[in-house]
Amino acid sequence: MIPVCRLEDLPAGDSVRLDITPPVAVFNADGELYAIDDTCSHQDASLSEGWLEGCLIECPLHAASFDLRTGKPACLPARRPVRTHQVYVEDGVIHVLVASDAGATGDGGTGAAEKGSAA
Amino acid sequence: MRTVIVVGASLAGLYAARELRAQGFDGRLVVIGAEPHAPYDRPPLSKGFLTGSGSGTADESHIALADAEETAELAAEWLLGARARSLDVRGRTVVLDDGRTVAGDGLVIATGASARRLPGPPLAGVHTLRTLDDARALRAELTCGPRRVVVIGGGFIGAETASSCVALGHDVTVVEAAPLPLVAQLGPEMASVCAGLHARGGVRLLTGVGVAGLRGAEGAEGAGASDPGAAGARTSEAVRAGRSVTAVELTDGRLLPADVVVVGIGATPNTAWLAGSPLAVDDGVLCDDGCVTALPQVVAVGDVARVGGVRAEHWTSATEQPRAAVRNLLAGHTVDTAHALPYFWSDQYGSRIQFAGRRSDGDSVRIVEGSPDGLGGDPSAGVRGEGFLAVYERAGRTTAVLAVDRARPFMKVRRGLAAERAAELAGV
Ligand SMILES: Cc1cc2nc3c(=O)[nH]c(=O)nc-3n(C[C@H](O)[C@H](O)[C@H](O)COP(=O)(O)OP(=O)(O)OC[C@H]3O[C@@H](n4cnc5c(N)ncnc54)[C@H](O)[C@@H]3O)c2cc1C
Ligand code: FES
Repeated sequence: MIPVCRLEDLPAGDSVRLDITPPVAVFNADGELYAIDDTCSHQDASLSEGWLEGCLIECPLHAASFDLRTGKPACLPARRPVRTHQVYVEDGVIHVLVASDAGATGDGGTGAAEKGSAA
Repeated sequence: MRTVIVVGASLAGLYAARELRAQGFDGRLVVIGAEPHAPYDRPPLSKGFLTGSGSGTADESHIALADAEETAELAAEWLLGARARSLDVRGRTVVLDDGRTVAGDGLVIATGASARRLPGPPLAGVHTLRTLDDARALRAELTCGPRRVVVIGGGFIGAETASSCVALGHDVTVVEAAPLPLVAQLGPEMASVCAGLHARGGVRLLTGVGVAGLRGAEGAEGAGASDPGAAGARTSEAVRAGRSVTAVELTDGRLLPADVVVVGIGATPNTAWLAGSPLAVDDGVLCDDGCVTALPQVVAVGDVARVGGVRAEHWTSATEQPRAAVRNLLAGHTVDTAHALPYFWSDQYGSRIQFAGRRSDGDSVRIVEGSPDGLGGDPSAGVRGEGFLAVYERAGRTTAVLAVDRARPFMKVRRGLAAERAAELAGV
């Protein structure tokens, strides 16, 4: 488990990027916490810098949006999902348990995993 | 409507095909494309595709725009490697280069633009960068040892190419005829800030000087004659001609020695095949605000289309226009407009530039976050600079926004501008 920040430091509507490899983005979507891979599965933009609306995060580069609950793209140009990770709050501190799906990141260094992708 | 023909099998053509199906067109769909390749994405060609880094990597599957599953779902007939030669008078039959004809009752023109070239006979080592084949040829020359590269034109594609070449360890010079590159797009203040990226990246930028011509020699030194990898990259005409570039001659008499020359002097819309048709062409296919031409059964989208007087050469326009264009095509007249807020991005020297809106000369510019001095992280280490956010203003209103490595606040201002624009169009 990786500590992220104190709960009060991530107010609703805000996001934070964890500089690990591959980077992870943590969101506070109207009080619910979510974590996904930070790098868009389309090209290389940071989703933590995107536009959060409800449970959807819109990529700041070409406007693909992803469902924070599933990591699935809701529209083009992204076609592959991003990984989702579990989030816990312990003693007021947000933690992320990074999903370990081995072999998911060996595709050209995007860091965007392809869980559940047939392509 | 029973048959719709899409001419141009790239970004705008594919998005038009998608829209046709999404909007319920279940007739015959024929997509004609001059290139032999299935639709692919061009922006990575000057960026990660050349350097083999990031997610626009040299792996060609990364730039495919549609996967097999989606292609099958579109249920289109793909005529690839087939160039449209003409359009009959009523706009109902497309004639191909090999004499075949395709008849339809609706037509989407999505033939994009072609890289402008320098006059003169072909020389090995001289490249443009528009197509996958161009990018493969250039990459082959850039991966066989250090080269002296001269990039002609300091626009976005020239700057990105220069940045990719320097990242690969080449010696790079950019020649720009105007006193500053990108002035038309960014205005003088911000253009000069972005011009500074070249020097930070270790590239020489020569401005205010034109190119008088290219010098070549038989089997020139440094042109890779002994290098099978590079030889394969030569255009066939140039190989036949047997002459390779040796230098770029400037209008002030200077001679820049060069092994590789990249010509990045803009693109011209591919409209030649429409000569003799009733469609009006003037720097693009003229259409109304809804991408509809003088013929209601013909719409135009992407780089080839001059929509309501404006021709954009932006990725986002090519993906957004097809929605309104297809709606209007299926309706038989203009019911929707395609005037989204212009937006483009560019990646250079480890920085990401984003611009949205309509700037005009005389707008004032204000830095609202960060500072141009905070530009430039360390591209080699993949570290972005602190960047800045600037807004363009006129009469107290924001007209456009520019960000360098400030994606988050950029998005906020861009969305605000887009909302204002939508309200304006709706007449609120
Ligand atoms: C190297 C490069 C980098 C870029 N980077 C960026 C960027 O960072 N940001 C950005 O916003 N934009 C960028 N762009 C611009 C963006 O790629 C274009 O706006 C986009 O490709 C336009 O799509 P299009 O489908 O209209 O035209 P095109 O992509 O030009 O496609 C037109 C297609 O039609 C075919 N065709 C032409 N004539 C005929 C004919 N007679 N018959 C049949 N087929 C024909 C062509 O072969 C081509 O395949 C870049 C472009 C290039 C070349
Ligand atoms: S990088 Fe996210 S949509 Fe393109």
